[in-house]
Amino acid sequence: MQYLLSVVTDSTELATDEEMAAIDVFNSRLQTEGHWVFAGGLAGPDAATVVDNRGEQPVVTDGPFVETKEFLIGFWIIEAADLDVALALAVEGSRACNRKVEVRPFL
Amino acid sequence: MSDVAEAVTRAHREEWARVVAALTKRFGDLDVAEEAAAEAFATAVEHWPAEGVPPNPGAWLTTTAVRKAIDRIRRENKRDDKHKEAQAVYDDDPPEPLGAIDDDRLRLLFTCCHPALAMEARLALTLRMVGGLTVPEITRAFLVGESAMGQRITRAKAKIKAARIPYRVPSAADLPARVSGVLAVLFLVFNEGYLATGPDTDPVRHDLTAEAIRLTRLVRALLPDDGEVAGLLALMLLIEARRTARVSATGDLVPLDEQDRGAWDKALIAEGHRLVRERLATGQPPGRYQVLAAINAVHTSARDVRDTDWSQVVALYDQLVRLDPSPVVALNRAVAVAELDGPEVALATVDRLDAQLAGYHAYHVARADLLRRLGRSRESRAAYDRAIALAGNTAEITYLTRRRDQLAPWHRPRPPRERHPPRRPGRSGVR
Repeated sequence: MQYLLSVVTDSTELATDEEMAAIDVFNSRLQTEGHWVFAGGLAGPDAATVVDNRGEQPVVTDGPFVETKEFLIGFWIIEAADLDVALALAVEGSRACNRKVEVRPFL
Repeated sequence: MSDVAEAVTRAHREEWARVVAALTKRFGDLDVAEEAAAEAFATAVEHWPAEGVPPNPGAWLTTTAVRKAIDRIRRENKRDDKHKEAQAVYDDDPPEPLGAIDDDRLRLLFTCCHPALAMEARLALTLRMVGGLTVPEITRAFLVGESAMGQRITRAKAKIKAARIPYRVPSAADLPARVSGVLAVLFLVFNEGYLATGPDTDPVRHDLTAEAIRLTRLVRALLPDDGEVAGLLALMLLIEARRTARVSATGDLVPLDEQDRGAWDKALIAEGHRLVRERLATGQPPGRYQVLAAINAVHTSARDVRDTDWSQVVALYDQLVRLDPSPVVALNRAVAVAELDGPEVALATVDRLDAQLAGYHAYHVARADLLRRLGRSRESRAAYDRAIALAGNTAEITYLTRRRDQLAPWHRPRPPRERHPPRRPGRSGVR
């Protein structure tokens, strides 16, 4: 079972050196314990572009797809037996990156 | 009620959770388990009058429910995954032997009270899956629309499935935190019954208090060594014992000091006291529910309100403040302090809680009472008005209105202090 751990924030400030070090520790734990699938950090919403090609012409718009105070700034995709395992890892992840983490199962 | 009808009712009360739990374990799906259990009970209603009540109703119901579930899975799986079907239907693994505790129902309870579910969803799901209440019954209990309650339960079950909330007893490390979540759900059910809110409900919903006690007894049977489980059960029993004395014939709330103590349920009080003594004898530090139970034990030990050991009550509140330094606990402590050190001392404490509790009706009730005892009628009246505006329980509103209307006009001389002024310490306090 795979879960998406989304890192949620309201600031585009990059992770501090301390946070990066903690994230590295968490990542290697995910790898050694077999939870690791993929992870990545994202540029802020200022760098987002939305493409909509559902109509006749593709429309390209500058900016994020929704206007919210909080946004996605990075994510992990993990392998976990059940939600309790995923939540326990998210608890560690949130501590490591010092931001909120949303847990959602893949279908 | 006929013997058979009674047997069905009893089986529903005693076996529902076991049937749902056994089926959830076997099929891994709460929907399948719930519907099959409901079908099995409907079949019992049909068959038992003619065929007689089976010697082991629980086993009969579980077997019937398993057959119903298999039928249903076969019907629904006609078009898709044959492999899954085969697995579910031909799973003939012998059931795991039961240990000292009945794991299945405990797993069900922990699944329904999982912290990843919203509190309202936990309440509704627990009452449905563990308590066996129907959706209309739960709807009546919590005064929301039936479709909203149905959706809440459906959504919770869908999340359990999609997010894979595990069906298991939490590990030893997680157990205390998770048990406290279960107890919070049960105490909410109890409180909703004991101080029912809403203009059209009975002021006391005995169905809910009884259900909360029944489920807490079940948890205690499953976790006999947990002190807080015993504490919550004792607390509920000692509050429930006073239920009939708590509302007058005219529908007024009767505060603790005015209650007819002869009308209290002696058997429930004895059981509650026994549990409190049992916990004291362990010598382990008590948690919040155990301290609240001990406070209620002090109150129910006094044959007359004048005999109440207030210094012990205040000492127990001191202990409670250390465990739970919330403003509501501070308020309840202040109300007890008024009995020991007088209303003036208590009012000084209560007034400091204004910023945190201004929207809480019990805060204004406590203030109104203390101001009344100090002869500050005009301020007391204003506090009663605030309390009445914020209160949701019909009996309590009637009572508060009467108290307000008994106040002397503010310009009159200060009235003599009553010997036993009423106390209304709010939800976690003593009523």
